[in-house]
Amino acid sequence: MKKSQPQFFNEMQLDLAASSPDGVREIYKAYHQWLKNVPHHQLNSKRMEAELLFRRVGITFNVYGENDGAERLIPFDVLPRILSAKEWRHLSTGSIQRVRALNMFLHDIYHDQDIIKAGIMPATILANSQYRPEMFGVDVPNQIYAHIAGVDLVRTSESQFYVLEDNLRTPSGVSYMLEDRKMMMRLFPELFRQYPIAPVEHYPQVLLNNLRAVAQTNVQEPTVVVLSPGAYNSAYFEHAFLAQQMGIELVEGQDLFVRNNAVYMRTTEGPQRVDVIYRRIDDDYLDPLVFNSNSMLGVPGLLSVYRNGGVTLANAVGTGVADDKATYIHVPAMIRFYLGEEPLLENVPTYELSKEDDLAYTLAHLDELVVKEVQGSGGYGMLVGPAASKQELDEFRLRIISSPASYIAQPTLALSTCPTLVEEGIAPRHVDLRPFVLSGKTCTLVPGALCRVAMKEGSLVVNSSQGGGTKDTWVLEEEVEAPSKAKVNQVEEMVC
Amino acid sequence: MLSRTADHLYWMARYIERAENMARVLDVTYNMSLVPNAAESEAALWLPALEISGNVEAYERDYFNETQQEYTAAGVIHYLAMDMNNPSSIYSSLRSARENARAVRVAMTSETWENINSLWLEFGQFFGQDLSQSGLSEFCDWVKARSHLFRGVCFGTMLRDDAFSFVRLGTFIERADNTARLLDVKYHLLLPEQEEVGGAVDYYEWSAVLRSVSAFQAYQKIFSDTIEPWRVAELLVLRRDMPRSLHACFDEITSILEQLSSSRATECRRMAGELHAKLRFGKMRDIFQHGLHEFLSEFVTANNKLGVEVHKTFLSIS
Repeated sequence: MKKSQPQFFNEMQLDLAASSPDGVREIYKAYHQWLKNVPHHQLNSKRMEAELLFRRVGITFNVYGENDGAERLIPFDVLPRILSAKEWRHLSTGSIQRVRALNMFLHDIYHDQDIIKAGIMPATILANSQYRPEMFGVDVPNQIYAHIAGVDLVRTSESQFYVLEDNLRTPSGVSYMLEDRKMMMRLFPELFRQYPIAPVEHYPQVLLNNLRAVAQTNVQEPTVVVLSPGAYNSAYFEHAFLAQQMGIELVEGQDLFVRNNAVYMRTTEGPQRVDVIYRRIDDDYLDPLVFNSNSMLGVPGLLSVYRNGGVTLANAVGTGVADDKATYIHVPAMIRFYLGEEPLLENVPTYELSKEDDLAYTLAHLDELVVKEVQGSGGYGMLVGPAASKQELDEFRLRIISSPASYIAQPTLALSTCPTLVEEGIAPRHVDLRPFVLSGKTCTLVPGALCRVAMKEGSLVVNSSQGGGTKDTWVLEEEVEAPSKAKVNQVEEMVC
Repeated sequence: MLSRTADHLYWMARYIERAENMARVLDVTYNMSLVPNAAESEAALWLPALEISGNVEAYERDYFNETQQEYTAAGVIHYLAMDMNNPSSIYSSLRSARENARAVRVAMTSETWENINSLWLEFGQFFGQDLSQSGLSEFCDWVKARSHLFRGVCFGTMLRDDAFSFVRLGTFIERADNTARLLDVKYHLLLPEQEEVGGAVDYYEWSAVLRSVSAFQAYQKIFSDTIEPWRVAELLVLRRDMPRSLHACFDEITSILEQLSSSRATECRRMAGELHAKLRFGKMRDIFQHGLHEFLSEFVTANNKLGVEVHKTFLSIS
C-alpha cells in the first residue's frame, strides 16, 4: 500500500507538519481549533454512538453475494467536509450548467440529432448499448430526461475541480446526505451554532415539487410514487426513506398494473391511478414485455403507456446514453453547442483507447493511469495503475489489448484529502463529492452533497461497494462582506 | 393504501402476537416442570407445548434419531424458541415480523419501525444460549415485554387509519387462534376423566393455563373461588372483559372490519359477525353439552377461514 504523499491537497491543513495554525485553510480555522481541544476517545465514542443509531434506524445496505440478511452499515466519519460559499457557487452553477446541457442532448439524440449532424458527436453513439431506439420521437414533459442527476466531482488543488462522471440513471446516495446531516446535528449541536451551515433538509420537498411538475396527465394533484426493486435491493433504505420524506407510496412492480393506457396501483380500496413514477429500477427491468423478459421487478406494458403519455417516468428511459463514459468526453463540447457557454467545470483528460495514439500511450504508461471499463460502474472492472501490482498490470494489459474500445484511461488524479477519524487517530483520507441536481420545474440544487471517503490509507476508490465511507458536507452560508448574496445558497435556483 | 402494504402490516402484527403466545406457552410449561410430580414424565409435560402449535410431526422428524425417541425439555425449548427451521418458532416469528416491517417501514411511524428493528437487534443476545439450562424465564419475559412495547408504540404513535386497522386485525385474528388452541390442548389433556378433577396438580395445571394468558388474577377477582376448569373455559371463551378471550378478540375484529368499510368487505363482516354472535350470545352450558373440544376446533377452522377471506378482500387484489 502506498503512503499518502504530502503533494495531495489537504482541504483542512495545507502543511500537516506545521503545528502553527497558519497552515490551516480559512474556512477550517474554527473547526481546527475546536478539534484540537476534543480528546480522541470522545470522538470515538461519538462515532460509536452514530453507528448504534444508524443500526437502530436501519440505515443499512445489502451486499450482493453475501448470505441473506447480512446488512451492513456504510462507515460514517464524524469529521465534516467544509466548502466555502464561493466554492459551492462554482460547483453548483457548474453542475447545473452540465445537467441542462445533458438534458438538451438527450432530447436532441432522441429527436433531430442535430449534434450528430453538426459533427460534434460521432454517429456511433446511436449504436451504443445504452441508446434506446424505443425512445426515438417520444416527447417527455418539459423535455426533462434526467430529473435527478448525481454529478461526481473531485478536487486536486485549491482551485481545481474535475467532473469524474455524470450519473443520470438512478443515482443513489442522497439519503446519506440527509441522514449524515441529521446525525451531525445530533452529535455536535454546538458546531452548528458556531458555523453558518446551509440547510439541506428541504431536498425531499424540492424533489416532490419537481416530480409533480412533470406529470403529463392533466390532474390537479398528480399521484407520485417511488418504484423500488424491493427490500432486498442494496439501496432499499434510500427508496423507503425518500418515499417517507415525500409522503408518497413506496411501490414494487407487483403493486402496479397497466389498463387502458394508464398505470394503476393495487390498494385496499381498489385500483388507483399513478401519474409520475420515480423509479429506482434500471431500464432493463422496467417492462418485461419490452426489455428483459425475465424481469420480475417491472410492470408489463409500462413502456407502452409511457410512450403514449399516460405516465411520467423519472428518470426517463434511455438516459444511460448520456452518462456513458464514451459520451462523457463530449460533454464540454455539448455545453458549447447547446448553451453557447464555456463549461464552468472541467472534465478529467481522457484517453479513448479506440484511438490508436491513445491506446499506444496508455499501454506505455499503464502504471500511471486509471483505466475504466466504458460500461462499468461502482468501482468494479477498474485499474488504478500506481496502486496495482505487476501481475495486475499485466493482466489488465491483456484485457485492454483484446478489446480496446471497451476502455478509457485517465491520469491518476491526486484526489484531495480531508481529515478523517480512523483507527490510529485523525488522518488524511481521499474524498469525492456528489451533489444532486434536480430538474423538472426548475434546475435546482440544495447546498449539500454526498461526500464519499476512502477509509483505507492511500486508497483512491471511494465506492461503498469497495469499503468507502461517507461524511457530512457543510456548505457555509455567504460571508458577511457580501450581504446581498447572503441567502443565495439556501435554495440555489436557476430556471432551466 | 397499497394491498401489499396492508398485507405486510397485518402479518407483522400476527407474527409478533404469535411469538408472544409461544413465549407464554413455553414459560408456563417450564414453570409446571418445577412442580414436583406435575406430570408422569418429561415427555408428557412438554408434548402439549408442541401440540398447541401443531408441530409434533415436524419435531419428530427433526429431533428424533436412533438413540433419542422422546420429547425432552431441551429439545422442545430449542425447537419452539430458537429453531430457524421451525416456521413458528419465536426466532422465525420475530424474524418474519421484522422482515415484514422492513418491507413497509414507510407505512408506519419511525418509532414503530425502530421498535421492531431494535427488537430484532436485541434478540441477538439470546443466540447460542442454551435456554433449557438457564434464562428461559427471562427470555419469555423479554418476548412478552417486547410484544407489549410493540402494541404500545403502535397505539401511541400511529395515525388511526387503515394501516392501524390492519395491524390490529392481524393481532386479534392471531390471538383468537392462539387462545383457542391453548385451551383446547390443555382441556383435552387435563380432563381425561371428569372425576379426577380437584387435586393439587390440577390446581397448578389450571392456574398455569390462566397465567399463560395473564388471566390468573382476573379469575380470582371475578370468581374468588377455587379454580374450576369450566370457569376457566368460560373466562377464556365468553368473557368479553378478559382481553385475551375469544369474545374480546371478536369484539375488536368486528369493529375493525366495520371501520374498513370497503364495499367488498361484506363477506368478511358476515363471517366475523357470525362468530361474534356465537361468543356474545352463547351459553357455557350449551358449549359443554356440544363438547368444548368440538366447539374450539370449529372455532379455529372458522377463524382461519375468516383470515383467508381477509386476504381475498383486502390483501391480494388483482
